[in-house]
Amino acid sequence: MATILEARDVCQYFGGLKAVEKVNMKIEEGDIFGVIGPNGAGKTTFFNICSGIFKPTAGEIIFRGEPITGLLTEKIARKGMARTFQNIQLFKYMTVLENVKIGFHIRTRTTMLSALLRSKRYSEDEKFATEKAAEILERVGLSEFRDTLASNLPYGIQRKVEIARALALDPKILLLDEPAAGMNPSETQELSDFVKKLNAGGLTIVVIEHDMKFVMNTCNRILVLNFGQKICEGTPDVVRDDRNVNEAYFGKGLVVGEGYNNA
Amino acid sequence: MTSKPVNFFKSIPLWVKVLGGVALAALLIALPIVYPKSYVMGVMCRIFMYMILAGSLNVINGYSGQFNIGHAGFYCIGAYTEAILATKLGLSFWIALPLGGVMAALIGLLVATPTLKLRGTYLAIVTLGFSEIIRLVALNWEGLTGGPIGIKGIPAPVFFGFKVTRSIHYYYIFLALAALFFFVTYRVINSRVGRAWMSIREDELAARSLGVETRFYKATNFMYGAFWAGIAGAAFAPYFKFIASDMFSLDEGFNILSMVIIGGQGTLLGPMVGSVIVNFLTEFLRPISQYRLVVYALLIIAMMWLRPQGLVGASNSILAAKKIGGKTGRGKRGALAPAGGK
Ligand SMILES: Nc1ncnc2c1ncn2[C@@H]1O[C@H](COP(=O)(O)OP(=O)(O)OP(=O)(O)O)[C@@H](O)[C@H]1O
Ligand SMILES: [Mg+2]
Repeated sequence: MATILEARDVCQYFGGLKAVEKVNMKIEEGDIFGVIGPNGAGKTTFFNICSGIFKPTAGEIIFRGEPITGLLTEKIARKGMARTFQNIQLFKYMTVLENVKIGFHIRTRTTMLSALLRSKRYSEDEKFATEKAAEILERVGLSEFRDTLASNLPYGIQRKVEIARALALDPKILLLDEPAAGMNPSETQELSDFVKKLNAGGLTIVVIEHDMKFVMNTCNRILVLNFGQKICEGTPDVVRDDRNVNEAYFGKGLVVGEGYNNA
Repeated sequence: MTSKPVNFFKSIPLWVKVLGGVALAALLIALPIVYPKSYVMGVMCRIFMYMILAGSLNVINGYSGQFNIGHAGFYCIGAYTEAILATKLGLSFWIALPLGGVMAALIGLLVATPTLKLRGTYLAIVTLGFSEIIRLVALNWEGLTGGPIGIKGIPAPVFFGFKVTRSIHYYYIFLALAALFFFVTYRVINSRVGRAWMSIREDELAARSLGVETRFYKATNFMYGAFWAGIAGAAFAPYFKFIASDMFSLDEGFNILSMVIIGGQGTLLGPMVGSVIVNFLTEFLRPISQYRLVVYALLIIAMMWLRPQGLVGASNSILAAKKIGGKTGRGKRGALAPAGGK
């Protein structure tokens, strides 16, 4: 399998704060790659660098064999990277369907002129976006909320809408920032199954999550950050037994592996 | 969780809309024939013109969420462009009219470009300054604009050999332009382009993460709004026959803005309604015209409190908030619990 996303010595400093410090990472095509770490470890910042929201202080991001460091977010999205946000960034006063339709922006090409003339391109694009959006909603199990305003939905459903919207890009890689936050255990399980299903369909997924059970059950590789630095990378089993990881999460002196049962 | 229709207008059956539209069109077309009083015609001309001005400002402020305070500046550019081309070069109104729009759009691009990367507040300040600068240029560039005297004797449009002079004739010109604006804007808004504009208003970062080229769409949105303000100005110049820089002051910008806010931002119909209401108020308040702006201000404050979405808006106000699933209208902060359990 080829490497799809790679970070080389990526650093992000905010003034004196080293939010991300010399992180190296390689994600293979077909991975479900977990990024974990305590609060403030730099996970979201790392995602923001990968998706072009921040230009890193140093280092390089390589996506599908091509350096994308410092490229505009919208350009990176076009290259096949989709993401969700930790603090849900839906288009609040638009319906669920409209939210997903905007996800089809890069796969449609209607210009102001073709919209004005209601040209063939316009009708094809509208049909394509509306049908495909409905299809995605069906797949994610959101059809019943199609015409509901995004802001009127409960938290867990909003997270799903955000994933549905990201899927509309037909991305090569999907970055999920704490998708299970605010979900109950059964919803989290459902999410895990869904992520695996997407992955089985050929989508590479990177997921930041605090829910250890979710991470351990869903991901095949895990990167652990602490104070901006990589402290461990490997399979769930390796990470689970790593001394540094346990220290980062539970402090020194705890028996290795014990803490996860309470996490 | 009920699926509630977002837009009240979408829930009206099509035949009612079509019938209503035809009836309204018939009424508007017939009005000058049954009631050709020139005072009424004059008021109607203003209403139609402000529909274009407020409507185009709404495309910027209401649909893409940018904040333009200096819309009067583009109105001014359109008016002067038409007046100069018609008086100095003898250009026909029908050519000068679109050129007024194009000129306003180009200058709009110039104004918007430096602020595309910045937050909305910067654009607001820039547009405010721009509007004043344009007015001052019009006031001081005597060779071109006539300076404080303005431009007089702007020639009347000629329509197939027929000279358009009376307000009853202009009524149809303004009606046609307003209808065209409404039609074109409706189509653009209900398309991929309109959705891209709205996604910027709702959440710029999310829009970018979906591949929306926000700088391009903000710029074209701004140009689109400026274009129509220019058209309104270019139609106004021959109608009034005389223009001067003080007609395009910041007050005029606020006047347009108040129509948008009162009618409802982010809806096509809102600014139309706002234009009707504010223009009627202007007529009724003529005896106390110096307090006119005070009345608008009070009205706007009341609107912010009672219906922040404007008269026609469909989103939630503090009064409507309780009806929707028992939640407060604006974001459910409480649900945004600290992420994860550690
Ligand atoms: N735009 C910014 N400007 C300044 N500091 C920032 C910025 N974004 C993040 N930080 C800081 O960088 C550090 C890492 O933040 P980040 O959000 O990446 O952590 P995280 O691992 O995602 O944490 P959490 O689990 O709480 O989401 C924090 O100390 C944060 O305060
Ligand atoms: Mg985070």
